[in-house]
Amino acid sequence: MIGTLLRIGFISLRRDRVAQAMTFILPIAFFSIFALVFGNQGRDAMSRVPVAVVDEDQSEISGKLAAALARDSALRVVVRARRAGARDTVRFAVDRARAQALVRDGDVPVAVILPQGFGSRFGVAPAEVEILTDPSDPIASQVVAGLLQRAMFRDLPSLMSVKATPVVGHKRANGLVAFYAAGIAVMFLLFSASSAGGSLLEEMESGTLERVLGTRVGMTGLLIGKWLFVTLMGMLQITVMFVWGMLVFKLDLLSHLPGFFVMTAITAASAAGFGLVFATACRTRAQLSSIATIVILCSSAVGGSMFPRFLMSEGMQKLGLVTFNAWALDGYIKVFWRDARIVELLPQIGMLIAFGTVFLITARLLARRWEAA
Amino acid sequence: MNVLSVEGATKSFGSVHALSGVSLELRRGELLGLLGPNGAGKTTLVRALAGRVRLDRGTVRIQAARGRDALGVVPQEIAVYPLLTARENLEAFGSLQGVRGKELEERVAWALEWTGLGERGREPVRRFSGGMKRRLNIACGVLHRPEVVLLDEPTVGVDPQSRERIYTMLDGLRREGASLLLTTHHLEEAEARCERIVIMDHGKVVATGTVPEMVSQVEASGGKIEVIEIRRPSLHSVFLHLTGRELRE
Repeated sequence: MIGTLLRIGFISLRRDRVAQAMTFILPIAFFSIFALVFGNQGRDAMSRVPVAVVDEDQSEISGKLAAALARDSALRVVVRARRAGARDTVRFAVDRARAQALVRDGDVPVAVILPQGFGSRFGVAPAEVEILTDPSDPIASQVVAGLLQRAMFRDLPSLMSVKATPVVGHKRANGLVAFYAAGIAVMFLLFSASSAGGSLLEEMESGTLERVLGTRVGMTGLLIGKWLFVTLMGMLQITVMFVWGMLVFKLDLLSHLPGFFVMTAITAASAAGFGLVFATACRTRAQLSSIATIVILCSSAVGGSMFPRFLMSEGMQKLGLVTFNAWALDGYIKVFWRDARIVELLPQIGMLIAFGTVFLITARLLARRWEAA
Repeated sequence: MNVLSVEGATKSFGSVHALSGVSLELRRGELLGLLGPNGAGKTTLVRALAGRVRLDRGTVRIQAARGRDALGVVPQEIAVYPLLTARENLEAFGSLQGVRGKELEERVAWALEWTGLGERGREPVRRFSGGMKRRLNIACGVLHRPEVVLLDEPTVGVDPQSRERIYTMLDGLRREGASLLLTTHHLEEAEARCERIVIMDHGKVVATGTVPEMVSQVEASGGKIEVIEIRRPSLHSVFLHLTGRELRE
């Protein structure tokens, strides 16, 4: 009986090109856009920060520091610029006044001034570096301050030697790609699950639901069949997306297969329950689409599918834990970034199973309205 | 001998009394017509017989060794999967009704032949005409060789040729021993095809019997049939006399 329901589901999916596009093509398109924008194909994940550097000291140490900043791949150092208001293309060395003008006019968000006496004080007394900032771009000034300190430690070895060793993710070829593959996959998995679960509403309207319930299958059997179908479809959807990520964006899938398989199976099963809850709670397909879209987008935003949770405030990170997305994403990140073993995924697996169990019980209770009145 | 009997079936949905003490019998091998205006309670009764509506009071007895498995239901809606082919639909519903293996293959082949869909069996149903879908809809309800078949308006919205074909199919079922309960709004068809008629209105049975019996019943009770378009009172006029002329939408 369950096998028959699965067969009906997969034949219908195979013949429905729109459903195929929504299930497989659209998520891949979204993922590819995010991966191209943020993953940057293995190059720097972020665009370089423009910074004006003014060396008023002209000492050996200030020169070394300025050169170190210029070499930093995260910065685009501006040392020459046109005069303010000039139409010619002749560029002059940037001085303090011109640096202030560049920041004020929004040409650069930050300017670094190495004042006179910087070199002579370095290592003896606090050697002050002046940073001119544009308050409308607070992140740039913090990034530059951090990179400046790194340049001091790394390129002025007389003071200190620093060697950075990555302790996690050394195997990953493209970390943000893995993150966005998981984020987009989970979000679209929820969309697909709610849409596929919504076939129950279509079957109710067409009369096939009534007919199936009149056979030996019964409501519980019907829901199990639907849940299995949506789970398998979800696993296929996530797998297709990650394989695409591996082939096109060098995502390291093959060395994480066990963790990937476990997370995908559990996530898809839980998402299938989510889809059934909406299908059994809503009266019409239009109602389902509207409500599911709002809930999925909110859950995805808070849960980290659109924007990494580790970049959110602490409060938002905690709030995100009430969402299905957050636990699924944490599991995938553990697999792809931290090379976690399956046993280390137990908190995420446990929470996803709990989510799925609650979803399935709720769906079964709501489906009672379709049973004999 | 009755294969199906209903006694005092009562069902309310809130303040709406869909069935108010309905009693009827379906005899072995007969084609029983169940008539009534919209909202008379026909579909509720069929759903109750199929076990899809729980009666508030009353009983439904199926005199068959297989119990509810002896029942075949053909709903009013075209309840088939539009993206599946006719063959796939038959296989699916046959399987859900417990038909397996070689028997399923044989029954699917029989159904395709019986419905005249053999040459179109591998086409998705969404490409079918209304009449073809109706025939498939019926076939999906009888794959498990039911002894009693409940047909809720099986000829609604189809052309006369398809209707004729459907009645030929139903005759075939009866020859194989099935008993049929048919709801319809086509009074002439019911008059011509059914051995007995049950007329329902406002959730009650208002007349039962053959057409001549019902005409006699009305005349004996002092009733006057208001519209007589042919010399002999027709089922049409009996029906309108019993249920009135006002629209029920």
